[in-house]
Amino acid sequence: MAEAYIYDAVRTPRGKGRKDGKLHEITPIELATQVLRALRDRTGIDTRDVDDVVLGCVSPVGEQGADIARIAALNADYAETTAGVQINRFCASGLEAVNMAAAKVISGEAEFAIGGGVESMSRVPMGSDGGAWAMDPAVAFKNYFAPQGIGADLIATLEGFSRDDVDAYAVESQKRAAQAWAEKRFAKSIIPVRDVIGEVVLDHDEYMRPQTDMQSLASLSPAFLAMGEQMPGFDEIAKLKYPEVERVNHVHHAGNSSGIVDGASAVLVGNKEIGAKYGLKPRARIRGMASIGSEPLIMLTGPSYVTNKLLGRLGMTVNDIDLFELNEAFASVVLRMMKHLNIPHDKMNVNGGAIAMGHPLGATGGMIIGTVLDELERTGKQTALVTLCVGAGMGTATVIERI
Amino acid sequence: MTDQAIRQDLDSDGILTLTIDCPGLSMNVINEALTRDLVAAVERIKTDAAVKGAVITSGKASGFVAGADLKGMNFAGDGAGASSGKSKMAQLFDGVFTLNKLLRDLETTGKPVASAVNGLALGGGLEIVLATHYRVLADNPKIVLGLPEVLVGLFPGAGGTQRLPRLIGVQPALMFLLQGKNMSPAEALGLGVAQAVVPADQVLQTAKDWVKANPNGGVQPWDQKNFRFPGGVGGTNPAFAQTFVGGTAMAHKQSHGNMNQVKAILSAVYEGAQLPMDTAIRVESKYFAKVVADPQAGNMIRSLFVSKQAAEKGARRPANVPPMKTKKVGMLGAGLMGAGIAMVSAQAGIEVVLLDRDQAAADKGKQYTADRLAKRRTDPAKAAEILNRIHATTDYADLKGCDLIIEAVFETREIKAEVTKATEAVVGADTIFGSNTSTLPITGLAEAWSKPENFIGIHFFSPVEKMPLVEIIVGKKTGPEAIAKALDYVAQIRKTPIVVNDSRGFYTSRCFGTFVQEGLALLGEGVKPALIENVAKQMGMPVGPLAVNDEVGLDLSYKVGQQTKKDLGDAYKPGPGEAVIEKMMELGRHGRKNGKGFYAYPEDGSAKHLWPELSGYFPVSASQPTPAEVKERLLYRQLVETARCFAEGVLETPEDGDLGAIFGWGFAPFTGGPFSAMDTVGLSNVVQTLDRLAQAHGERFNPPQQLRDMAAKGESFYGNAAKQKAA
Repeated sequence: MAEAYIYDAVRTPRGKGRKDGKLHEITPIELATQVLRALRDRTGIDTRDVDDVVLGCVSPVGEQGADIARIAALNADYAETTAGVQINRFCASGLEAVNMAAAKVISGEAEFAIGGGVESMSRVPMGSDGGAWAMDPAVAFKNYFAPQGIGADLIATLEGFSRDDVDAYAVESQKRAAQAWAEKRFAKSIIPVRDVIGEVVLDHDEYMRPQTDMQSLASLSPAFLAMGEQMPGFDEIAKLKYPEVERVNHVHHAGNSSGIVDGASAVLVGNKEIGAKYGLKPRARIRGMASIGSEPLIMLTGPSYVTNKLLGRLGMTVNDIDLFELNEAFASVVLRMMKHLNIPHDKMNVNGGAIAMGHPLGATGGMIIGTVLDELERTGKQTALVTLCVGAGMGTATVIERI
Repeated sequence: MTDQAIRQDLDSDGILTLTIDCPGLSMNVINEALTRDLVAAVERIKTDAAVKGAVITSGKASGFVAGADLKGMNFAGDGAGASSGKSKMAQLFDGVFTLNKLLRDLETTGKPVASAVNGLALGGGLEIVLATHYRVLADNPKIVLGLPEVLVGLFPGAGGTQRLPRLIGVQPALMFLLQGKNMSPAEALGLGVAQAVVPADQVLQTAKDWVKANPNGGVQPWDQKNFRFPGGVGGTNPAFAQTFVGGTAMAHKQSHGNMNQVKAILSAVYEGAQLPMDTAIRVESKYFAKVVADPQAGNMIRSLFVSKQAAEKGARRPANVPPMKTKKVGMLGAGLMGAGIAMVSAQAGIEVVLLDRDQAAADKGKQYTADRLAKRRTDPAKAAEILNRIHATTDYADLKGCDLIIEAVFETREIKAEVTKATEAVVGADTIFGSNTSTLPITGLAEAWSKPENFIGIHFFSPVEKMPLVEIIVGKKTGPEAIAKALDYVAQIRKTPIVVNDSRGFYTSRCFGTFVQEGLALLGEGVKPALIENVAKQMGMPVGPLAVNDEVGLDLSYKVGQQTKKDLGDAYKPGPGEAVIEKMMELGRHGRKNGKGFYAYPEDGSAKHLWPELSGYFPVSASQPTPAEVKERLLYRQLVETARCFAEGVLETPEDGDLGAIFGWGFAPFTGGPFSAMDTVGLSNVVQTLDRLAQAHGERFNPPQQLRDMAAKGESFYGNAAKQKAA
């Protein structure tokens, strides 16, 4: 079987996912188009050699509906023969897209395949696609549905993470992101987004608040308290599954949870021969990929389990990984994984994460694989593990190794 | 036709008036006769060219239609379709879909049909109304309309879950469907359930006028091309989605996922709203069949509706005693219980002599009623009338003329005997004397009354004005007149009675105590307190054992334990939680009353929480039982005690046992009560589980011999009761 190599990785900067966000005027198809175009132009490949474009998108309706991956490939003037498929593994969609692209290369189905994702959360709000999970009463009853924030707070409760613990993590994320930007560590991967007249509308992550400190976070009210304790009262549903909990400790708020933003990402994966054809030097090898299901109510514990699963299959241990990149969906998710797998903070999310820069749902996985690849190259390190917690109780992970 | 339920009258305008008037019944209910006559009526509307339209009304002053005849329902799936080769649920579907389809036919004849509603329309009654094209209600705020099926384990299965949302939107409809809440005519008009509210004497004419004026009015909004679902519908409609995400979570929280009908209502509305009406009602009937196929529905209907109504109508009343209405009650003791009993008596129109040792205490007891009436914003004139019936006094002579005495003084034999004798001196031993003791055996207390046949236990629950149950305790010498008198009085104050025989703790206190004791035992064994409390609530108990012990008062539990110890002497066996109570007493923690119990009660008024230092005294064990194990112990400890009460003759009927459990101590209502629960699980399974639990946790779980025998013979509590009745 072939090996899958990463030849390039790009992303847009992340715009605030609101009406006053810089990327709000840019359609999601345009975000996806611009990263695909950049990937082609930077590598100089003939897109007839790109067999498939896999894009993650979590709310694939309205402007993001109707297989946005194929439409983006057409819109970016890729060869007509380049297929496209949109996939949804909730928050890990972007990483899953890269994994699927890699699988296509490994199996011989594709020479080049692109994985990535797109999400304009300002234009297609979260939850726009409905779904049986939360909405169909029979399904919601059966699975004890509660939103992610309840799961995040439940993790904090069960693990004993205090409000100070999660806030301190958030402050550090902001600090690391600010330093990374100041030192232009993301420069290689960022594709400024342009408008219809070709002007740059955004060239940096708009969501960051580098001045954040413990005091400023302390003034924020818990975001999931009302829905947990009052209407409709999800805490009681959490306690049906976790009856040892007297009271859920609601510690998460806008400042220690991932930001709502717009953005897109794309990663070019291919086999050795196709890279050689264009004289491209592979930047990293994809050593392995995995996904796993975990308890769906608490929902966000998948990363530690999928990491164990993947490392076990690869015959590796946590110590063999130089850098970890775990999407900062909520602070407690990262604290839990560091605690359970004994990962030191200086190996985890070294350039900050979604708490500081935002989490454009379907695109994030493709973004952070690029972020950690840049960091491996910058520091001369070898291996990295990228993972995300996933809705309905899942985890997805990828191990890459620099060549 | 002698059993005609619907009268047909065709007038000169071609309007067919259908008057529902079920023969021999005080209230119209949907039964076989009514359904049969409705089939004929719909057929005539459809086929008779002389009929231009129709109006449905009721011939009874008591109301329109009160709903389906729950007593006559057969959910066993052993009816006519049993030989059809269809599954039980498919047969049930065929049965329940009949009425559903009939009402669909009624609204699709093409001819206008109006309803003239002159009184209450509940359940199936309201569903008939909803299936008409124009709904006129009498302008009387006392008229109630609603779909209360959810409260007895059922759900509206004749189009109610489909038409109500299409009329008023999914969210408001779910409020009525899931809470069983009633609406007044004014609310119905505001919501769009009715199109007109007019004076009672114009209801029929208004309905006829509309039919006459609207020859093309026979098409429901949902059968019109341009129909727009109020509030929107569909999986990508944010309002629709949010309603179901939130509504399901609320229902899940409130029912703990224990109620089949709650889930089914939500699913029927969710799925049905997205379907055309003809398919939607089929889906509704399928969910209905699924609900009634489960024993839960039958158990709930039996206990919460049939047995409850029967008890209130005197099922346990000695038949040959003439009515013994209470006109004037002598209430001994004006404490919390006495004051509450005085209140409910006065509200029922009974004169009350409220007696206590000093006037201030008696007056305080009367003030209790004044305060509560004010809080409820009772009309001042009416409140004054009620208060005028309560005569607060310290003078036993004032008891003269009382035809019933109820005693609620301190729980010591000496004080009780003293007031009993002082009372007899005034009213004579022919008067019926009821003691509201919750712990002291009645037979012993009766010795203070010269004619013990006139002495009985009338056990109320606190707070009296809210708690629905009264436990009547028959002492060894209590006679039939005392039982009749007590039951007639309970009927007057509109509460639900059960009748039990004398025993320590009677029925309710004794069995409820086992639930609390088992909770304490679990705590003593090192089970996490939150696990105990949450599991108790999740199995359907209103509060956890630790919380309820805090409310009752740990000092009281301690005192009752000490008294029992003294009374029983060598026969006394310490309860499994006794050491826990003793430790708490040592620590000076008496419960909510002193702000220190298993819970801490912050002085700033914020919510109580488990006392954090509890684990210092009752160390949390490293290995915790599963929630299912905790639940099993809390449940089966109660079940075995109720079975013992039955074996010992404390209980004479399973109905008393189920009603007493649900309405007395809040035993999981969805089970229909402990006896229904045991029948459903199967007695041999119950015995097997109890033997296993006794092995692991002690003889308190030992099943009584009677239960073993019944299990061995494959019997059930209700099966035996039915056989006895038939014999």
